[in-house]
Amino acid sequence: MTDAIRAEGLVKHFKGKTALDGVDLTAESGAVLGVLGPNGSGKTTTVRILSTLLRPDAGHATVGGFDVVREPHEVRRQIGLTGQYAAVDAELTGTQNLVLIARLLGFGRADARARARELLERFGLADAADRPAKTYSGGMRRRLDLAASLVGRPALLYLDEPTTGLDPHSRIGLWEVVRGLVNDGVTVLLTTQYLEEADQLADDIMVLDHGRVISRGTPEELKNQAGDQVLQLRTVDPAQLPLATRIVEAVTSTPATTDGMLLSVPVTDSGVLPETVRRLDEQGVSVAELSLRKPSLDEVFLALTGHTAEDESTGTPANEGTPA
Amino acid sequence: MSTVTTPKRPVAGGAPVAPPNVSPLTTVQNGLQLTWRSILKIKANPEEVFGLMLQPVMFVTLFVFVFGQAMMGDWQAYRDFLMPGIIAQSVIFATMGTGFSLSQDVEKGIFDRFRSLPIARSAPLIGAVLGDLVRYAITVVMVMLVGLAIGFRPEGGVTGVVAASALVLLFAFALCWMSAFVGMIVRTPMAVQSFAMILLFPLTFGSSTFVSPDDMPGWLAPIAANNPVTHVVDAMRGLMLGGDVAGPLTWTLVWTVLITAVFFPLAVWAYRRRT
Repeated sequence: MTDAIRAEGLVKHFKGKTALDGVDLTAESGAVLGVLGPNGSGKTTTVRILSTLLRPDAGHATVGGFDVVREPHEVRRQIGLTGQYAAVDAELTGTQNLVLIARLLGFGRADARARARELLERFGLADAADRPAKTYSGGMRRRLDLAASLVGRPALLYLDEPTTGLDPHSRIGLWEVVRGLVNDGVTVLLTTQYLEEADQLADDIMVLDHGRVISRGTPEELKNQAGDQVLQLRTVDPAQLPLATRIVEAVTSTPATTDGMLLSVPVTDSGVLPETVRRLDEQGVSVAELSLRKPSLDEVFLALTGHTAEDESTGTPANEGTPA
Repeated sequence: MSTVTTPKRPVAGGAPVAPPNVSPLTTVQNGLQLTWRSILKIKANPEEVFGLMLQPVMFVTLFVFVFGQAMMGDWQAYRDFLMPGIIAQSVIFATMGTGFSLSQDVEKGIFDRFRSLPIARSAPLIGAVLGDLVRYAITVVMVMLVGLAIGFRPEGGVTGVVAASALVLLFAFALCWMSAFVGMIVRTPMAVQSFAMILLFPLTFGSSTFVSPDDMPGWLAPIAANNPVTHVVDAMRGLMLGGDVAGPLTWTLVWTVLITAVFFPLAVWAYRRRT
């Protein structure tokens, strides 16, 4: 069996609201599946079902070949879960947190301590091992939480918005950790509302919106779905921006948008680039920046859903976190 | 080839729920491991232990010295009357901590972590309750120490004190499940706290803890006389100071069994539903 996770037609309602509306999902063994979507799109509900914390109202799912509803205990042997909040005991030290999990999983006293030490070292927490977790920074807590989910060497790891609320530095640090795990052969299901994060880590991405899968594919495929490339231009002298806009619009026959001093226009033919450069030069426009690039996942999301990932307000985030 | 390997997994539809994969021994082990967690949390929170210590000091001194003279014309007499009741009240108030900390664990997602592990489902609940018994024992010891410091010398001696303490801990164990149930059905830890206050104040004050029900108005007296806390406090008085034990002790045990029988299943049910 090469699919670590297989889910078909998952449906979940909370108090009359539909959180999941028939989600199909497959995660290949050893790969990173990114589940991308705004708050309330059903990401957390999906993870909670796949980690046996919630029963689906309809549909079924297997994890490592075991059914999440009928064989939850077997599923739990396969998985590690890192939720949206760092679920560590703030009063306990890093070591105590990990030893507790190891003991619960059946490690002997000495083995539990050894495993805790090993994980703390691996996640750069060795110096903080004997400090209560409440003295840790946000990034350290997340790393401890991740370490806690790895104590039992799970074959499959769920990361539910692992970097939400982290500063950029900690975020990049956590990405490195995830890449390391993938190198060890761990299958990862990652949910995120950061498009860049999915782009950075995932082999495959599925996009959720209002409990439905609205798109899936590799990051490249998703970007191609949004079709065109984007030409971006910045002039040295802001006063020349209107002139540059007229030139670009004339060459591409497409209306351009400006964001501050940055001019963007979707293009279908990369041949417009030399033509644009030539005309700008003729008119004496000095260019500070000129680029042709594929659209970002933000733009992809906008193209797929008609709204950006951040402006979602109709969702039900409260239901996602702690369903009643 | 006559033997055919039957597929291990049941076919979809109407398949029976898998039998529990956790043995009773593992359940106990997991429960004790999580008790260790609760005790570590007590140790890591000296402020909380300090609070556990200060509250009884405050209660004992306030009630004995403020009300003592007025109640019985003699603060020493009121001290002796009050001490068993204050021990009971302190422990009963401490039981609300169970619901509070359970609610916190759910809120912080810690129970999600436990539930995603291949361990006994009820272990986190067992660990929380057993760990809290340690907390209650600390409370009992503290109140007794304050009592001793202000000259409380119960006739029942060490045996009487130990027996009374064991009895109130047993009763607290029953109340724990009620607290756990409230902790599971009420949404936030703060709400648990205010809900518990509303429940526990009448329960402890409307009993024989501070005033004999005989001195209460006609409508209240029968309620107070039949309050389970009255039975607990009367039994403790009997054990510590001498007097009738058998009657209130029997009633206490009946109430303990009754409360446990109702709220243990409810707590487990609410725990499974919530988490």
